[in-house]
Amino acid sequence: MVSDPNFLEHAIVAPVVLPLLAGAALVPIEGRWPRLASALSLATVLALLALGTALAAHADTGAVEAYLLGNWPAPFGIALALDRLSALMLVLTALVALGAALYARDGEESRGAHFHALLQFQLMGLNGAFLTADLFNLFVFFEVLLIASYGLLLHGGGPRRVKAAIHYVAFNLTGSALFLIAVALLYGLTGTLNMADLAERVTRLPAEDAVLLKTAALLLLVVFSVKAALLPLYFWLPDTYSAAAAPVAALFAIMTKVGVYAIARVYTLVFGDAGGAAAQVAQPWLPWLAMGTLLLAAQGVLAASRLRVLVAYLVVASAGTLLLALGLGTAQTVGAGLFYLINSTLAAAALFLLIDRIGAARGDADDALTAAPMDSGRGQLGTAYFVLAIAVAGLPPLAGFLGKALLLKAATASAWPVPVWGVVLVSSFALIVALARAGSVVFWQAGDAADRGNPQAPAAQRAALPVLTLLVVAIAALAGPLADYTQAAARQLFERRAYIDAVLGKPPAAPLWNPREGLIK
Amino acid sequence: MSLLLALGVGVLTGTGVYLLLRARSFDTILGLTLLSYAVNLFIFLMGRIKVGAPPIVRKGMAATLEHYADPLPQALVLTAIVIGFGMTALLLAIALRARAETGSDHVDGAEGESRENGV
Repeated sequence: MVSDPNFLEHAIVAPVVLPLLAGAALVPIEGRWPRLASALSLATVLALLALGTALAAHADTGAVEAYLLGNWPAPFGIALALDRLSALMLVLTALVALGAALYARDGEESRGAHFHALLQFQLMGLNGAFLTADLFNLFVFFEVLLIASYGLLLHGGGPRRVKAAIHYVAFNLTGSALFLIAVALLYGLTGTLNMADLAERVTRLPAEDAVLLKTAALLLLVVFSVKAALLPLYFWLPDTYSAAAAPVAALFAIMTKVGVYAIARVYTLVFGDAGGAAAQVAQPWLPWLAMGTLLLAAQGVLAASRLRVLVAYLVVASAGTLLLALGLGTAQTVGAGLFYLINSTLAAAALFLLIDRIGAARGDADDALTAAPMDSGRGQLGTAYFVLAIAVAGLPPLAGFLGKALLLKAATASAWPVPVWGVVLVSSFALIVALARAGSVVFWQAGDAADRGNPQAPAAQRAALPVLTLLVVAIAALAGPLADYTQAAARQLFERRAYIDAVLGKPPAAPLWNPREGLIK
Repeated sequence: MSLLLALGVGVLTGTGVYLLLRARSFDTILGLTLLSYAVNLFIFLMGRIKVGAPPIVRKGMAATLEHYADPLPQALVLTAIVIGFGMTALLLAIALRARAETGSDHVDGAEGESRENGV
């Protein structure tokens, strides 16, 4: 099936269309038949996972596939493009969504309206952002995923969430305004919005436009940094992520990676080595800001007095590490960063779910970092915490360690190996201290409580955490092939020619029907 | 004409940013609205100012931008307006909800006490 050209022809657009249809169908269903709705949502996520895996298998042959929406040839219409990096992000999104959808079943989904519809729309936005080859279309998909995320953040309600939502929405709307300014500027300069076409045209821009081009490129960096949580722009994240419901926060773990993906795509394809006046425009900024992010996030992890805030800062720390890998700007560092991305996203998502379970077992103490008796499952939750803490802090034998080791090895060839090694090792040490302290307070300083007679969590909800935890362990077991894949993805990212040729060279399909002659044989 | 429009964008952006940085949710929303007006005007201007030219190709007239207005920025602006309008409405709803739940229209929820413990 995978090698069938007809399957592939339209499979590229399916990760966008499928959640759109499912989400639309869920809107009327969810209020009346909640069981059916969550089953449909889960089935869609599983289908996305299968689709993503098939697309990744195809992308791993090294081909870049383009898809012309509405059969308009690029650069006039909107094109989608699939390469190794996009396919990897699709699979990762589906895996995180699987954890979130499972965990929400019989839980979060019943605390408010339209959980699953919003989840599907968010998936549509995420998948679209990973696939599109058009800058304005990227903006539109950003908006789709943001609109869904506003709804998801507010799901369940409460003053804490509403307060976080005001900051989050206002901040992201400002980011969108900047995005539009940058996109309009680029259109005014080059007359195109297709990223492949843009990559060709920025090299031919006259010298007097250099300042404007650099302005647009750096404005885009600001916009993507808002999403990716880079140093001066990450302050929205800890409040937002710690206020959100557990499955929502788990899903949000992939949302910061959209910013990272966009930076990886745009600053290699358009503003990379061959970016004309704006070549390597992000280079002087990214590594240093990323290192600052990493150090401040480590401080945040140490200072957190609630577990949800602690994990939110872990998300910031992983964004810092990823942006550092991108900022160092070689295929080796980016490959190592992508490998680290798989691990850190899944581990962070699992940790958000785990903390919700811990909070539920501790009654009123919830997720505060104080000793409080737990009424059930201390052994299981403790084991999961142990595994995930090791994975996220970067200790052997799990994949967090391998990712950081690959990054440090690749960084020795960079311009500043000493600061990179220092910052990564110091921040990892801070993470280990903070996680060890939090674990011993939560699991060892208090005994078992008398059973409060809480009903046991539903089966699906209990299954979500082991699924994600086992995936984290599986990444370490499959480290060899996965690292090969991410290295190949990074090399593909730097060989921009194949991407440009695939998008611009894609011929429109021959028409099957035309208004004068009817069906064409 | 160019100067007037450029000044318009500048004044809208300036006022928008000023209002955005204020501490009341209503001011913030007003600021975002002005900012999105400025952005919409800016996108429109990026297609170059052209008066009395059609955006659709006619028979017998060469299909270059000398004879036509660029239709793409107009389409982009339409998308941006729709998204901006919807988002403003949503933010307004959230702000009203926050006013009801916290009893204050301060963006941090309440006067003085700006952050919850430990966050």
